Amino acid sequence: MDMINCTINGTPVSVPAGTTILEAARTIGIEIPTLCYMKGRNEIGACRICVVEVTGARTLVAACVMPVSEGMEIKTRSDRVLKARKRTLELIMSNHNCECLACDRSENCELQTLARNFGVDFDTYKGEKTEVELDESSPALVRDDSKCILCRRCVAACRSQTGVIGANNRGFDTTIGCAFEMKLADVACVNCGQCIEACPVGALVEKDQIAEIFEAINDPSKVVVVQTAPAVRAAIAEGFGKPIGTMGKGKMVAALRRLGFDKVFDTNFSADLTILEEGTELITRVKNGGKLPLITSCSPGWIKYCETYFPDFLDNLSTCKSPQQMFGATLKSWWAKKNNIDPKNIVSVSIMPCTAKKFEVGREEMSVDGFADVDYALTTRELVKMIKRAGLQWDNLPDEEFDSPLGEGTGAAVIFGTTGGVMEAALRTAVDVLSGQDNAEVDYKEVRGMDGIKEASYTVGSLTLNVAVASGLENAKKVLEAVRNGEKNYHFIEIMCCPGGCINGGGQPIQPNWVRDTVDVRGLRAGVLYQEDLDLPERKSHKNSAVMDIVYKEFFGEPNSHTAHKYLHTHYVDRSSTVK
Amino acid sequence: MKKKMSSIPFNGTPEQEAKLDAYIAEHRTEEGCLMPIMQEAQLIYGYLPKEVQIHIAEKLGIPAEEVFGVATFYSMFNLSPKGKYQISVCLGTACYVKGSREVLDKICDILEIQPGECTDDGLFSIEACRCVGACGLAPVMMVNGSDVYGRLKASEVESIINKYKEFEKEEKEYENMG
Repeated sequence: MDMINCTINGTPVSVPAGTTILEAARTIGIEIPTLCYMKGRNEIGACRICVVEVTGARTLVAACVMPVSEGMEIKTRSDRVLKARKRTLELIMSNHNCECLACDRSENCELQTLARNFGVDFDTYKGEKTEVELDESSPALVRDDSKCILCRRCVAACRSQTGVIGANNRGFDTTIGCAFEMKLADVACVNCGQCIEACPVGALVEKDQIAEIFEAINDPSKVVVVQTAPAVRAAIAEGFGKPIGTMGKGKMVAALRRLGFDKVFDTNFSADLTILEEGTELITRVKNGGKLPLITSCSPGWIKYCETYFPDFLDNLSTCKSPQQMFGATLKSWWAKKNNIDPKNIVSVSIMPCTAKKFEVGREEMSVDGFADVDYALTTRELVKMIKRAGLQWDNLPDEEFDSPLGEGTGAAVIFGTTGGVMEAALRTAVDVLSGQDNAEVDYKEVRGMDGIKEASYTVGSLTLNVAVASGLENAKKVLEAVRNGEKNYHFIEIMCCPGGCINGGGQPIQPNWVRDTVDVRGLRAGVLYQEDLDLPERKSHKNSAVMDIVYKEFFGEPNSHTAHKYLHTHYVDRSSTVK
Repeated sequence: MKKKMSSIPFNGTPEQEAKLDAYIAEHRTEEGCLMPIMQEAQLIYGYLPKEVQIHIAEKLGIPAEEVFGVATFYSMFNLSPKGKYQISVCLGTACYVKGSREVLDKICDILEIQPGECTDDGLFSIEACRCVGACGLAPVMMVNGSDVYGRLKASEVESIINKYKEFEKEEKEYENMG
């Protein structure tokens, strides 16, 4: 490889040809500030915060897009550079709603951090501001363009999902929005929240429902029950300043109890239930010549995408509700009856790594006997805020366990939170059922890892199962098109909407972009789940005694039974006429 | 100025669509084909209705937002049809210094639309144009490129517009009689 020698602030640096100034500076521990840059995803040199001085160059250059050249002398902290960055920040802030005090992103805002670091003056450039409208139409996301700095990071994040947002108009009138200035709720937005994760400021946030939850908790007539998805424990500690990859389960459970939830349960319970239902569905379809490939249905962003962009695959979707909804349906039926509680007094709350779950709970298919399975879906970030609002000190919380019996989950369930996890969990059970043995091998490493598309084949007796795993909608699209064209033949496909799966969901704590560029956030979070999988006594869903010995025996009978269908399965809607 | 989509109903014909589809089929594999296709669509339809933008997006397999983003970025793309009476106000240097901006603003106020837009009844559209070569008459406005009004004052605009509204009324009455 050709190496290029240059100097940065007098320090010699040798990097491969093609390396940008910004990446070269990272090799010697200098983080050049950026606002629009996302490595490999948004390299547009638009915000001009990353400018540096290059000896001999006529103007300052954008470090994020300028490759180093032989003998280049780069200054990243000269007077000229620092003044230019400060002025650019002041110009950005002249058109920014600087209501930082109560902004959702205060203390986690890349613009605020730079403003503080550069000692900017808020009032340098006073004048007119671009006319914008607040978009609160979506059940999941809120877009406040008065805070938007037009960095296009959300646009880049959305482009690899659906591409429903982009820059409209030009110059001072430019805003980020949807086609024909439609609202988010009216276009093909799947509510994945990847735009929120990409936003450096507070222009995109989830629809906050914290007040409703506290109100329910403080109402003595309500039984408020919470479930937490597996991916939440893998990231929640980040919200309290802990390193990425810190397990937060014990403290999270303790916090939920201290917040006043009457029962603290685990979505892992219903993830195991999902495997029993979906695994049975798979085996039935394979044996009886049913519609194949079977495609997983846990991810509500993926479901809305399929309904909108690939309606010809609706019959391929598993009829299983997602674990969140299965949990809620079990709670308001079996659990309510067992505990002699009127389901109308139950407030069913979920903590999810996901913004699309807010859309899912409102779908009319997601209620049984007139009761919504889940009443409120909160993001991991909202739970962090609730804990802070209640004054609970994370570091002082003990480690506690989930309540019984809906708090019991296996290792198969906990890996649902990462790409490949649902597939691996399903394989662990399907292989045992098909072979009639308790197989010792439970690790299906071919479907693990952060690749966007993974494929594998497994032979069980006379049967060969071809499987594929895709995460991120651009990858889902590739897989589905290959199936549609007849290029690929799979029996079973796992699709998760967010790149890397739920651990990287749109409801997770937000890491600044420079961290995302330099640290394997997804891998570290997934590692938390694989570790818990290893640590748990049972690693196969059909070994979950609460599922098998209690809930099936007492209520559902057997997987895919009539009762199971009534409570745990659903149907889908063709949304292909939506503006895409 | 932000561009607004027209609310006038789309009335494209199958012939227009076939013509556009033929052009798309010919150019769709070329890099950077979006803008030429949008220009062709504008030649065919006179403007870029929402339905046509969605059609182009579907044919090219790109989000409708991408088409709309381009349509609102470049001033050459119109999101409204031309009205039955197309008003052009000259913003060339001579007209401008003689106050054509006030004339234009007054027309916009009266019709409640911006340059590049069309009234909901399809009667009037406004555009700001470059020098029409009648600097001696500055400031100048034209209707349908033939009726020229010179040495205009903003205060005279309303009666000119009313004149066309009156034409329209008479035409309607005549039709009803016939």
